[in-house]
Amino acid sequence: MTDAVKIANRNFSVFYGATRALRGITLDVPAHRILGIIGPAGSGKTALLRAMNRLNDLNPDCRVEGQILLDGVDIYQPDFDAVRLRKRVGMVFALPVPLPLSLFDNIVYGPRLSGIRARTRLNALVEGSLQAAFLWDEVKDRLHTSAMRLSGGQQQRLCLARVLAMEPEVILLDEPCSGLDPISTARIEEALIALKSKYTIVLVTNNTKQAARVADTTAFLFQGELVEVGPTGQIFTMPKDQRTNDYVSGRFG
Amino acid sequence: MERHLQREIDKLKRRLLELSAEVENDVRMAVRAVEDREETLAATVLRREAQINATEVEVEEECLKILALYQPVAADLRYIIAVLKINQDLERIGDLAVHIAERGLFLCQQPRIDIQFRLGTMADKAQTMLKKVLDAFVNLDEAAARAVCAADGEIDAIHREIFQQVKTAVTGNAQLFEPLLQILHISRHLERIADHATNIAEDLIYLIEGRIVRHTPEVLTKKPDKPPPPAM
Repeated sequence: MTDAVKIANRNFSVFYGATRALRGITLDVPAHRILGIIGPAGSGKTALLRAMNRLNDLNPDCRVEGQILLDGVDIYQPDFDAVRLRKRVGMVFALPVPLPLSLFDNIVYGPRLSGIRARTRLNALVEGSLQAAFLWDEVKDRLHTSAMRLSGGQQQRLCLARVLAMEPEVILLDEPCSGLDPISTARIEEALIALKSKYTIVLVTNNTKQAARVADTTAFLFQGELVEVGPTGQIFTMPKDQRTNDYVSGRFG
Repeated sequence: MERHLQREIDKLKRRLLELSAEVENDVRMAVRAVEDREETLAATVLRREAQINATEVEVEEECLKILALYQPVAADLRYIIAVLKINQDLERIGDLAVHIAERGLFLCQQPRIDIQFRLGTMADKAQTMLKKVLDAFVNLDEAAARAVCAADGEIDAIHREIFQQVKTAVTGNAQLFEPLLQILHISRHLERIADHATNIAEDLIYLIEGRIVRHTPEVLTKKPDKPPPPAM
């Protein structure tokens, strides 16, 4: 555990056309911790998450201001390689999107694209990432069956394993348990808590209780602004801002 | 979901206020039973104990139900935790009223002692503290809660004074040993009632400010950055 800052958002704003989705966000993502980002629909949670691995680049209407520093280097500077960024900063989406391939091929898809060919290396990546995603024991005997035959919770852990196989430094998760039952959710949460010793994790969630369970630090966004950020224990017992209090208590959102 | 939780919290608040009114009434009756040697009043306090205990259990069960079903956070969580603790203090005050009534029943059978103890003043102050802290709970008045904490010292001083009086009186009057001991006990019970009123005040400060001020008297005088107050 360290108090180093892995990603530093500095007065960062995102515009979609004329609409300002994020307003001057200054927020540190501590290394080897889980940062939870909570807020009602339209608060800018996903916009901020996507900005951290430049997924907004694909949207021609999108414009950004300010800086996002990864290990002190601005990821929006012109010569920063977005592909390399996405290898270092992986993303897990709300809905699991397994490729229509075997479990094995799902996981080695990225590593193969990045040039890894040695079978022993690929085998090791598959086992290591499935174990880290708490999925190995359930699927180790059927690695060559279709990923589409997994349950929703298993598919989501497969997607997490696929990100881990790229050996990233940061994992961004956008409501990763939104469609999952409580047991599957608990497995993902256990995996995240175990993973933070090796990775830095940013978890966007609509489920405030999930942020309370797993996040070390929680940030509350509202209408594109960062209202409050603090240790999760404090946010859920003694929030400083009335809006945070009302949101975490379910009074709106 | 939230509207349900708010309804449950409102119901809990009403139940706790009923309990506090009953306990306040018991303390008043117990003190009068001692002062006026009223055996019937003392007996009434003893009879009511079971009801107070039952209400305490009901309030606690309500709190546990709310915690399990709604998993409240922030101001709602602090409110439930404060109610759980205040509930326990109120039940203990109810017990102390019963103890005072029991001592009162004993003293009714004894000749009057010709010594002026400031038990009446002490009882007034303890009852005032109790009344003020319950008002502070209703109004979520943090300043009033702090004033209650500050008043505890006066009661402690009277208790020490009565202890000295009893110590002196018992030396030359061995036959008064038991009634004097009962008076000392009553003084001790009143002093404990004031302590419980102080506990309630400290729980209120936690509810309003989100800070635990027990064991830290220096913090009681400082104004902190407050979290949003509970919307009760």
